Amino acid sequence: MRPASLLAAPGLAVAMLLVSAPGAFAFITPEAGGSPNANSIDTLYKLVLYIAAVVFVVVEGALGYACWKFSAKRNKVATQTHGHTGLEIGWTLGAVAIVIILAVATLLKLGSIRNPPNSGAEAAASTTSVSGALYAETERKLPPNKKALEIEVIGRQYIWQYVYPGGAKNGLGAPYSYEQMVVPTHTTVLLKAVSMDVVHSWWIPELGGKIQVVPGYANYTWFKIEKPGLYRGQCANICGQGHARMIASVRAVPPAQYEEWIAKRTQEISEANVEAATQRSKLEAGSGTGRVLNP
Amino acid sequence: MATYVAPVPQIAAHKVDRESRGWTSWITTTDHKKIGIMYLVTTFVFFILGGTEALLMRLQLGAPENTLINPQTYNELFTMHGTTMIFLFVVPVWAGFANYFLPLMIGARDMAFPRMNALSYWLLLAGGIVFYASIFWTPPSAGWVSYPPLSSIAFSPSGGQDAWIYLIHLTGLSSILGAVNFYATIANMRARGMSWGRLPLFVWTVLVYSILIIFAMPVIAGAVTLLLTDRHFGTHFYDPTQGGSQMLWQNMFWFFGHPEVYIMILPGFGMVSEILPVFAKKPVFGYKAIATSSVTIAFLAFLVWAHHMFTAPIPLVVLAFVMMSSYLIAVPTGVKIFNWIGTLWSGSIEYSTALLFCVGFIAIFLIGGISGVFLAVFPVDWQLNESYFVVAHIHFVLMGGAVFTVFAAVYYWFPKMTGRLMSETLGKLSFWLMFWGFLFTFLIQHVIGLDGMPRRVYEYPNVGNLALYNLISTIGAFILALGILVTIINAARSVKVGAIAGPDPWKANTLEWFTTSPPAVNNFDEIPVIRSVEPMKDFRREIERRTGQRIEQVPVPAGSGEAAASSL
Ligand code: HEM
Ligand SMILES: [Cu+2]
Ligand SMILES: [Cu+2]
Repeated sequence: MRPASLLAAPGLAVAMLLVSAPGAFAFITPEAGGSPNANSIDTLYKLVLYIAAVVFVVVEGALGYACWKFSAKRNKVATQTHGHTGLEIGWTLGAVAIVIILAVATLLKLGSIRNPPNSGAEAAASTTSVSGALYAETERKLPPNKKALEIEVIGRQYIWQYVYPGGAKNGLGAPYSYEQMVVPTHTTVLLKAVSMDVVHSWWIPELGGKIQVVPGYANYTWFKIEKPGLYRGQCANICGQGHARMIASVRAVPPAQYEEWIAKRTQEISEANVEAATQRSKLEAGSGTGRVLNP
Repeated sequence: MATYVAPVPQIAAHKVDRESRGWTSWITTTDHKKIGIMYLVTTFVFFILGGTEALLMRLQLGAPENTLINPQTYNELFTMHGTTMIFLFVVPVWAGFANYFLPLMIGARDMAFPRMNALSYWLLLAGGIVFYASIFWTPPSAGWVSYPPLSSIAFSPSGGQDAWIYLIHLTGLSSILGAVNFYATIANMRARGMSWGRLPLFVWTVLVYSILIIFAMPVIAGAVTLLLTDRHFGTHFYDPTQGGSQMLWQNMFWFFGHPEVYIMILPGFGMVSEILPVFAKKPVFGYKAIATSSVTIAFLAFLVWAHHMFTAPIPLVVLAFVMMSSYLIAVPTGVKIFNWIGTLWSGSIEYSTALLFCVGFIAIFLIGGISGVFLAVFPVDWQLNESYFVVAHIHFVLMGGAVFTVFAAVYYWFPKMTGRLMSETLGKLSFWLMFWGFLFTFLIQHVIGLDGMPRRVYEYPNVGNLALYNLISTIGAFILALGILVTIINAARSVKVGAIAGPDPWKANTLEWFTTSPPAVNNFDEIPVIRSVEPMKDFRREIERRTGQRIEQVPVPAGSGEAAASSL
């Protein structure tokens, strides 16, 4: 067991992993495939990965080689050098060059990650015109045609709630659901995330990056799903004891099915509201105070 | 058993007071060496506590849907672990080494303010005790970053969170006093001839460490004070329902938090820059570049805090700016790695345990640096942030990074502090166990994160390969812990039975080796004039020149180092 060879082994293993089958490659890339922004992040990640792999192999290689070649056994007398200005300027500039490449690549890819595209032709009819920025919303990006399905994500200990467009003008009676979000395929979905209590983080890995959900602020993201299916995620920011169980999922269904679901959901909710109203009036009549505290 | 022949004492101290003994001499001491040892012992005790908490967490995560530890306890464990490792181990362990060695390395007899120095230590101990006392009630559970509102009175009513706040106050004060002291000592008490360009690189990094502490610690002290008044005195600094702002905390915390990571790693960089030349038997490659890059890092460290907040609601221009500054800080850090490899290059490397830990550090820290670049690309960070990828990253830079250099420092300086060498056999065993244990534990965590597992979760479902990966990580953690245990045993044994080291067992370059091991109370009888970055080399050459012909026939008996030391 020579130190140098032991040291080089993990480097070699990782290097081999990098050049081996694409299957093994997926193992070291983020989840993607649900939405174009997730795919663009994946592409950008891979670019960084290629550059990183080269740097990794070169530097670990140089280190391993130096450890092997210049061990006291192999090299009895050390050469007394103090440095080499040319070399030092060279590798500083080399590092700067890599950094510039990365920065340019990021800024080039940024558009496709941040800016939502238009919905497809088959998009859900309930896709509504979204209004432009009002205030403190400069970070909210809209698709070019300003049409998208806007869903509000509400984080609270320890459950996600989703409010869909619809209901009365004052926002009451809008359809909502918990934990599982239902969305139409081929449709650009804009998410506006707010918190009712502590900081949470919205994250469905296959549908793109996460956004912190901070009380007092709104945070935005989007996705556009082509394949119907179930996409899973969970809260990514520590929010208390139930953090690990604060799961979320997005079920993508064909647009027609979505319209059906939302209609049914609206109906259920208004029925439940009516039911609740009658219950309440009964209770009020019976209680004599005319008011129920903390219903 | 030692592979090193006990060397000849070259210079010994004579006009020295008898050393005071007994436990009172410890609690009343203002001697920088005793204070340094108290720092080191205390911080290693906290390291063991923090490590135990880590192992408990890894046990819980060893299997999916495990019920060994309940969610509340798990949250307490990662909060205690992270806080302990940062505030009670890595930051103060460097203060411990700097206390002991900084005056020796610059040829001073003590620190500039010896009593303040003692105060720094006692404040640290008080902070640790206040914090750990909370385990008898309810420990804090909001993570080491303690974001409000989770850390507010409404969501964390227990006194554990307050204990955490006091810990930050007390250890912060301790660090600031220590830093002022280091700065004053370096600025005023260097030996004659030790210009800035001849300052040992470890001292350079302690200087930068001190400057970072002086600028960063007051910010966190202010931030936690506001948290304290929010919790108990009716203010609403962080309460959005009353006009406060959660983002205020995030900004203040990370304005401190990022310099903090350099506070933890820079002295380690300095350590590596001291140890590599000694065992490669050639001067450090690019002294100026290494010193300059430390200073550059210190400056840039204050411009990158928001890279911990890439997913928070902040404007794009800020994200882009912080990405650029984070890339920039990668440059001086990368330059250091090249310089270290340049130091090894065409040397004649002697594989002592101290050197192994340095080389292991470079190999591991490079990976931590590379994963850091992934995280700096902010759209990529949107996927990786708050996932196990980040857990892997912090441990590559802090455990494989900072802690490996701490171990290198232990093996390198133990002979100076105790007069005895540690066992090299146990040392190497410890290194290889730690090295492989570390890679097993943390390499796979990148993959766990990429598969979508968030950090700070007490359980995970049995999907994909998560169960296997987590099991690998847990097994690795126990191998790593075993390696650490071997060093602890090694140190405990060597204090009593280690081979006598003599003043300069490694034929090293800096002034701390110019006195007995352990040094006498006054450190040096006579403080030499410094002519280069490597004064010991100059002295050795000088002694050879003057005495070479005269004593060349006389074989030096082994153990004469001890004889000289006991003749005091
Ligand atoms: C002895 C080996 C170590 C092991 C096995 C270990 C293991 C762990 C584990 C299991 C977690 C919790 C991950 C989670 O649930 O999110 C964690 C978190 C953490 N560790 Fe370590 N750790 C070790 C050493 C260290 C060291 C030396 C440091 C720093 C100097 C450190 C700093 C941290 C920090 C800052 C966190 C985050 C705490 C938080 O989430 O609030 N660890 N570690
Ligand atoms: Cu959560
Ligand atoms: Cu940082």
